[in-house]
Amino acid sequence: MGTGNFETTIGLEVHVEMQTNSKLLSPSPVHYGDEPNTNTNVIDFGYPGVLPVANKGALEYGMRVALALNAKVSPFIRWDRKNYFYPDNPKAYQTTQSQTPIGTNGYLDVTLTDGTVKRIRIKEMHVEEDAGKNTHGSDGYSYVDLNRQGTPLIEIVSEPDIASPDEAYAYLEQLRQVILFTGVSEAKMQEGQMRADVNVSLRPFGSDQYGTKVEMKNINSFNYVRNALIFEEKRQAEVLRSGGIIQQETRRYDEPTKSTILMRVKEGADDYRYFPEPDLAPVVINQEWVAEVAENLPKSADSRRKHYVDELGIEPYDAEVLTQTLAMSDFYDATVAAGADPKRTANYLIGDVNAYMNKNQVELQETRLTPEHLAGMIKLIEDGTISTKQAKQVFEAIMIGEEPETFAKKNGLVQLSDPDLLLGWITEVLDNNPQSIEDFKGGKDRATGYLIGQLMKMSKGQANPGVLNKLLLSELKKR
Amino acid sequence: MTINYFEHDLTSLHEQLVNKEVSAIDLTRATLDNISKTDDQLKAFISTNADDALAQAQKIDEKADFSNVVTGIPLALKDNMATKGIQTTGASHILEGFKPIYNATVVEKLQNAGAISVGKANMDEFAMGGSTETSYYKQTTNAWDHSKVPGGSSGGSAAAVAGGQVPFALGSDTGGSIRQPAAFNGIVGLKPTYGRVSRWGLFAMASSLDQIGPFTRTVKDNAVVLNAISGFDQKDSTSSQREVPDFTAKLSGDVKGLKIAVPKEYFGDGIDAKVAARVKAAIAQLEALGATVDEVSLPHTKYGVAAYYIIMSSEASSNLQRYDGVRYGFRANDVKNLEDLYVKTRSEGFGDEVKRRIMLGTFSLSAGAYDAFFKKAAKIRTLLIEDFNKVFENYDLIVGPTAPTPAYGLGEEIDDPTAMYLADVLTIPVNLAGLPGLSVNAGFVDGLPVGLQIIGKPFDEQTVYQAGYAYEQASRLFEQRPTIAKEY
Repeated sequence: MGTGNFETTIGLEVHVEMQTNSKLLSPSPVHYGDEPNTNTNVIDFGYPGVLPVANKGALEYGMRVALALNAKVSPFIRWDRKNYFYPDNPKAYQTTQSQTPIGTNGYLDVTLTDGTVKRIRIKEMHVEEDAGKNTHGSDGYSYVDLNRQGTPLIEIVSEPDIASPDEAYAYLEQLRQVILFTGVSEAKMQEGQMRADVNVSLRPFGSDQYGTKVEMKNINSFNYVRNALIFEEKRQAEVLRSGGIIQQETRRYDEPTKSTILMRVKEGADDYRYFPEPDLAPVVINQEWVAEVAENLPKSADSRRKHYVDELGIEPYDAEVLTQTLAMSDFYDATVAAGADPKRTANYLIGDVNAYMNKNQVELQETRLTPEHLAGMIKLIEDGTISTKQAKQVFEAIMIGEEPETFAKKNGLVQLSDPDLLLGWITEVLDNNPQSIEDFKGGKDRATGYLIGQLMKMSKGQANPGVLNKLLLSELKKR
Repeated sequence: MTINYFEHDLTSLHEQLVNKEVSAIDLTRATLDNISKTDDQLKAFISTNADDALAQAQKIDEKADFSNVVTGIPLALKDNMATKGIQTTGASHILEGFKPIYNATVVEKLQNAGAISVGKANMDEFAMGGSTETSYYKQTTNAWDHSKVPGGSSGGSAAAVAGGQVPFALGSDTGGSIRQPAAFNGIVGLKPTYGRVSRWGLFAMASSLDQIGPFTRTVKDNAVVLNAISGFDQKDSTSSQREVPDFTAKLSGDVKGLKIAVPKEYFGDGIDAKVAARVKAAIAQLEALGATVDEVSLPHTKYGVAAYYIIMSSEASSNLQRYDGVRYGFRANDVKNLEDLYVKTRSEGFGDEVKRRIMLGTFSLSAGAYDAFFKKAAKIRTLLIEDFNKVFENYDLIVGPTAPTPAYGLGEEIDDPTAMYLADVLTIPVNLAGLPGLSVNAGFVDGLPVGLQIIGKPFDEQTVYQAGYAYEQASRLFEQRPTIAKEY
């Protein structure tokens, strides 16, 4: 709010691609990065006479996001057409929900940099289809790729409750985490899976009317959103201070100059001629269905962190790291559920596993590590079967899919802790070293060191030092 | 071999195939011959696909499995139903040369059943019109009088059946486009209940109104074809999951106990007196056969045309936006930029009636007009549905004329769109309410056929056919044939 006599009003419309198997209205696969127009069929191309069939899974994903953002799920969904011509929009209408959003009246409690919590209200959420992509070639032609056409989106429309660029940044970051923990999207910014349309206006403090808003569309970096807003705040304040008027316009953020550039001035609202989509039957969403979706909704990052700190004794910072992605957090939970010690598990995931992922540039789910194997290794450490030093080798093995116990055995990576076995060796060593027994009785501590050395030699280094030590002392005392 | 379809109904053709008295190849050749003999007068076809049809017929003869009633029987498809690898134009310049890479579900169903499509029938451009005069390609004529229109929009399909070229054809009906040309040509045409037949592959005009249905010479043939094309399709989420009954089950000739309602509005202003008299005579015959007949009121009928032209044009304006010259079909030359491509392609690719309806619809959906037009029309639609529901509480069927007049002269009304629109007054409410409606020949006025329209409850095509069959068998009007059909 550092704009002198003005206060800033920001509203965000965030679009997130939902990672369903097939598209919203056709059976084509949803997949990023493939050859242009390979993930398409006659429906995506808008051929004459083709008809859409709504993907039930996409609606359920939409319901997940609505529930995670504390919104009311609409009991009745009707699809609407939003009409406009563009080559990446082959039917010349986008199937969306204008009259019956999947969720309404939600909110997100955002923790700001000073630690205070601010509630940002969410007006509504729509499930709708993404457009394809136009690219303009250096050869003078424009190319259309319809792979993305029809990918289900959830559009999240905030109320104008955001008062600063930093708040906008915090909202986006925390919104992203909520979405990650619904499991509907990985919200990869670089792949355009999460994009924000930004509306910003300034008004004199105390004014009960909003200023004229400026719109910036499709920004796919939270930093860019913040930079664009910082620039806009300053620009608009200067215009207003010098007695000028803000026009209703669309601007574009330019990263090299960290400024915004005028695209077009809006003369009246666009007319998209919304009307009910007659090719799709309306959908009734009853309470049972909502309850079923709620039951399958993964737990939020917040509640997971609280559980880790309060009940598992994990450090808050570590809990934060464990909940950076749903995959990591789920993996952690599964490992602990398989019987591994929570702290040791956290240390491994944050330390060795993260290091492995960074070194090999892979996601957790791309490795061959399973929660059962990690838990198995941790149990081997806990019960003394392997030493922490031996564990290093076992770790390398489980990262490439080996079963820890089998691997340790096969490679002789086991600590021998069986008292009967160890006692046999102790008896033999003591019988052969009467001098050492004398030395021990005479108070020479070094004597035990020598005996342990002999015993480790006999066990080829596999005897569990703790157990061995304890047994040796009690045997020495008996002599 | 020459085959005059006025001498054989589908059942008898089927029996001849089973008994090897004819082959599928014989029928297909005969049909192509019929078309070549008479299509210079009827102009019913935009294109024929003789080679494909003969190849298919040969396969069917080789397989020799005639267990399905339509196996080996030739037919015509309205040219707005997608046929894989075969040009499908919607009678529009904008789709000239367009060959779909998919089949409409009805085409698939008929093909799987072994029926043989010989060609694509003419129609009004994108089914917009009531006379087949808005086709970009040619002017189909009425089978009874070649100076008259065949009706529309499915005029080619109707003329092809009435002229004896093919034993049956498929059409589509958005506001009367099957029933009115059936009436104008003296044959049987059914618009099934909305959702009865899949719309997958039907080039959409108005999605909430469009429905595919059969043209035949007899009611029984019609029921046989409906059996073959009905049923839920997972590719059309507006198709009904209801089980499909045997539509021939009630064809006994008996209508005793049927309760028939006659709306007084269907005989109001604008209905030709001679047409009204013919239809009343037909209704009297149904009464004589044992049905009870009462006059009722459908008070909102007079608002139907206005509501229809708003809803239909709104949906059509959106459905036809995909014809933009980017991916398929016609593209204008010498364009400067993207907007120019859109404007020129659509200006040159669409005819006047299509443009008129796109403008009407675009206006009706625009922000300032939506409430007063589209929304109000949707409310009227609800009132019309309630009108029908009320009558159907006490009656099995509603009957009246199919069209206010017999076929008019070519070129007579094409320049008066309002008059043309008002001629749909009796068929439109049935589409708005999603009901099944049948037109059967009720006799002639000045040598031109007049249609009796029989409207049923949703998904009760059986009872509609029951009454149609009883009347047809009593009147024997289906035995009358136009001069052109005597030439085979």
